[in-house]
Amino acid sequence: MNPPAAVVVLVVAFAGGVTAGWFLLPRARRRPHQLPRGTRRILLPFTGMSISRRSFDAAVRLARAEDATIMPAYLARVPRQLPLDAPLPAQCLQAMPLLEAIEQRARTQGVAVDTRIIRGRTYRDALRRMLDSEPVDRVIVSATANSRKGLSAEDLEWMLEKVPAEVLILRPDPEDRRKLTAEGVEGHF
Amino acid sequence: MVPAAKQRGDPAEQRPRAGRGHYTIFLGMAAGVGKTYRMLLEAHAEQEAGRDVVIGLLETHGREDTAALAEGLPVVPQRRVTYRGTDLTDMDLPAILRRRPELALVDELAHSNAPGLEHEKRYEDIEDLLDAGIDVLSTVNIQHLESLNDQVAELSGTRVRETVPDSVLGRADEVVLIDLSPEALLTRLRAGKIYKHERVEAALNGFFRIENLAALREIALRQVAEEVESKRLVTDVVGTREDLAADLPQAVGERLLALVEPYPGAQRLVRRAWRSSQRLGAQLDLLWVAPPGREPDPEQDRQLQALRQLASVLGANLIVEPGDDIPDTVARVARERGTTYILMGRSRPARGPARLRVPLPQRLMEALPGVDVRIVADRSLRHEKAP
Repeated sequence: MNPPAAVVVLVVAFAGGVTAGWFLLPRARRRPHQLPRGTRRILLPFTGMSISRRSFDAAVRLARAEDATIMPAYLARVPRQLPLDAPLPAQCLQAMPLLEAIEQRARTQGVAVDTRIIRGRTYRDALRRMLDSEPVDRVIVSATANSRKGLSAEDLEWMLEKVPAEVLILRPDPEDRRKLTAEGVEGHF
Repeated sequence: MVPAAKQRGDPAEQRPRAGRGHYTIFLGMAAGVGKTYRMLLEAHAEQEAGRDVVIGLLETHGREDTAALAEGLPVVPQRRVTYRGTDLTDMDLPAILRRRPELALVDELAHSNAPGLEHEKRYEDIEDLLDAGIDVLSTVNIQHLESLNDQVAELSGTRVRETVPDSVLGRADEVVLIDLSPEALLTRLRAGKIYKHERVEAALNGFFRIENLAALREIALRQVAEEVESKRLVTDVVGTREDLAADLPQAVGERLLALVEPYPGAQRLVRRAWRSSQRLGAQLDLLWVAPPGREPDPEQDRQLQALRQLASVLGANLIVEPGDDIPDTVARVARERGTTYILMGRSRPARGPARLRVPLPQRLMEALPGVDVRIVADRSLRHEKAP
């Protein structure tokens, strides 16, 4: 091969390589936060203005081990006087910053997050509706010593009997009062 | 307290009234905060300043101190109306108009009138009085405002049937917030100053829960703050009170459009968009420009359903528009819906010839001059590229 032909071949090869890279490189990048099909899901239902750090940490540990997605789900109660599909802005005001705080914290620990706000006449009703529409692999809940807050003992019993997923109930530790609240949101929200 | 009469100067100057009367609304977060009481105090101050004041309609709800404060103020007697064999009483609008006072007190403007009267609602009666040049003092609780009805019903579990358009506040010359801390209101309730003792327990367990009152107070404070801001803006733009109500939505109305896709990250974008819409008091629309002729896969379908649920619980509208050209479709929807603000997430890295195209935010800014475009960042990535 004479020198000019070799130069032409080299230039063409180089241009071809650059073009291929230009076309192909971004394909290798996974779309941010896209759930791969068939991914495992860990539901983390909660009520009120905070979530127990124990259940959050447990969910993160499991999600990392199983390459699963955490689904933090705020359970909202619809007053009897309102239709079930009524907007709930007051509860959303409470839920939104907390969901943001949970998502930010989980994402910094390398765990994928897919949040929800679920409505129902009761917390149990909300949970049932959620599980009817979206199957999950595991549910992590924190039992509470205060029966007036969150899911009751009967709700937990119902979950163990009826939920078609592995249920992990964390026993409350009276000494451990660590919670994740809306104050954990990074930046202005 | 400086009475309004003194603030406005010599009462004699008020006598030759041309045009519409002056309208003051006392707004409260709940029954018992002292709206009617404050209205009566104001009326006495006006009377002492030499003005002709009458009570057009007063609801004392059996409260002795309110009834005592009303003494000394002339009352236009209520009229009797018979409806389906039942005797009802209501404000006598024609009698007040005939009496032509300088100032009329009309309590509880959200009240529905007895059937067969001039107007369905009391706030419409007030409009007649104002049109006749009569100044009006009136009262309303925050839960009667139409736009807040859902929110208050959710908080209190009680759906208020007697609502008034928000523009009623917009038409008032003054909105006076009667503020009281929830604790102070509960003390008044327990002392029997709001309801009779036998109703107190039920009230404490129902509407008058402290978290309800705190939330209602916040709503009331925000509402008045927004009213002040709206009036300031509209006065700057329009200049006259008559045009104020009509021009209010155009002058200050914001509408947000968030561009979403059916994948988990969209929930974060919607959260941020909704918070912004709350702060601006704006409607929120969510738009997914779907690739035409392509059915969503099961995962997309699930995410779309989740977005629908989220939009519904937030009171937002989810719009799914098929379209090949995203900027064109977004621009069309934005124009149709009167969008003032577009929020979007970070675009995926372009590949191939798409890299040569003008980026979406820029194309939107060109297609929609005057519309803000905001790219919502993922806060959890803030420290990833820190130096």
